[in-house]
Amino acid sequence: MLKVRVIPCLDVKDGRVVKGVNFVDLKDAGDPVEQARVYDAAGADELCFLDITASHENRGTILDVARRTAEACFMPLTVGGGVRTIDDIRALLLAGADKVSINTAAVKNPDFVREAAEKFGSQCITVAIDAKSVPEGRTPSGYEIFTHGGREATGIDAVAFAKLVEEKGAGEILLTSMDRDGTRAGFNLGLTRAIADAVSIPVIASGGVGTLEHLVEGVTEGHASAVLAASIFHFGEHTIREAKLHMARGGVAVRL
Amino acid sequence: MTTAIIDYGSGNLRSAEKAFQRMAAETGGGAVIVTSDPDVVARADRVVLPGVGAFADCRRGLMAVGGMAEAIEARVADGYPFLGICVGMQLMATRGLEHGETPGFGWIPGEVERLAPNDPELKVPHMGWNELVITAEHPVLAGIEAGAHAYFVHSYHLRVRVPEHRLAHVHYGQMVTAVVGRANMVGTQFHPEKSQATGLRLIANFLNWRP
Repeated sequence: MLKVRVIPCLDVKDGRVVKGVNFVDLKDAGDPVEQARVYDAAGADELCFLDITASHENRGTILDVARRTAEACFMPLTVGGGVRTIDDIRALLLAGADKVSINTAAVKNPDFVREAAEKFGSQCITVAIDAKSVPEGRTPSGYEIFTHGGREATGIDAVAFAKLVEEKGAGEILLTSMDRDGTRAGFNLGLTRAIADAVSIPVIASGGVGTLEHLVEGVTEGHASAVLAASIFHFGEHTIREAKLHMARGGVAVRL
Repeated sequence: MTTAIIDYGSGNLRSAEKAFQRMAAETGGGAVIVTSDPDVVARADRVVLPGVGAFADCRRGLMAVGGMAEAIEARVADGYPFLGICVGMQLMATRGLEHGETPGFGWIPGEVERLAPNDPELKVPHMGWNELVITAEHPVLAGIEAGAHAYFVHSYHLRVRVPEHRLAHVHYGQMVTAVVGRANMVGTQFHPEKSQATGLRLIANFLNWRP
């Protein structure tokens, strides 16, 4: 049977991993490729790089990271952050990314998703949706899309938007619970389930993981096809294997 | 020995190139080149046909490179090893039913149909790691244990007409063909270049296969 994917995500700025990492035996802990290798060896099911490079001049560094990762790791790699044009996508795919995740550009122009999927195939187009629970009446589903790191409300209903991008050809959805991101209180399960149940493409749950049990809940209660986490892996609190063993004990089918 | 990975505009070949080069270096498998030149294919000792996206688009892309389909067919007819990956494997079938009906190479009798898992909870595309059920011995699968996982991402699958052509399958609300083989041809629905140790093993096996 198909296994639930466990995906570590690394924030990369100007070609370097931003958050501190406690892996021992790394020659260069700030090098995303070194960390990608560690996760590859540890049995991560996919890897995700989020490029948070501020200036456009340094944008090329993420291409170099993707290129070097593709030489070292034979596992699926998704790169997101700042993907705005067809040329951005092409450059990332040619460098070695298997999928790109599109966020703001999809919110601004959902037809960009269609254009991208028609050009490169749905399998490599992930739409990243950042959403929160909002007071009753603001949106029909009670969940709303936010941009700019959760600061800007868009008035767009999150469930309707998820269906829209599926129709436009997205291959999967990377759903971040913005009201949980960084809180370590667990995924917004209501949001995750509302979106996972509304679309027929896979949904990756993200945002708020603080314990291994949260990963289990994302699947059993949130109905996610995959779980993404950053800090619980980076700071050495848990290994990928510990996470998978815990999920298996919780009844989630994982690749061990 | 030269292995030609065919570039006909279908997706990113960098990871495939790197994976084949790595295993060729480790196992004495010769040179690996990515090419869109039918003359290079006509001289290659092994042919790899990748493919992502839709069957009809891939077929169109392949036909757009003058002489390429003929070069591949001639090499296969002469008994040189061939590996199709994902849509490259699907193109080995009689025909594809994605975006209308499109003929394939017709080496593996069968149709490429949309996945229709019997459980409505199962998502399409079938994306992620699934357990291989290996039903036939084959040199390309040597050393790959029952229950090994491989990475899939696809919405259509090859329904073979001759069960012996299916060497391995996975379960996804239905039986999904994972590996096909006949004579000097093999194909994988999954991506060996993305399947870590299992995929690298298959690539090494292919590079050293003498059908």
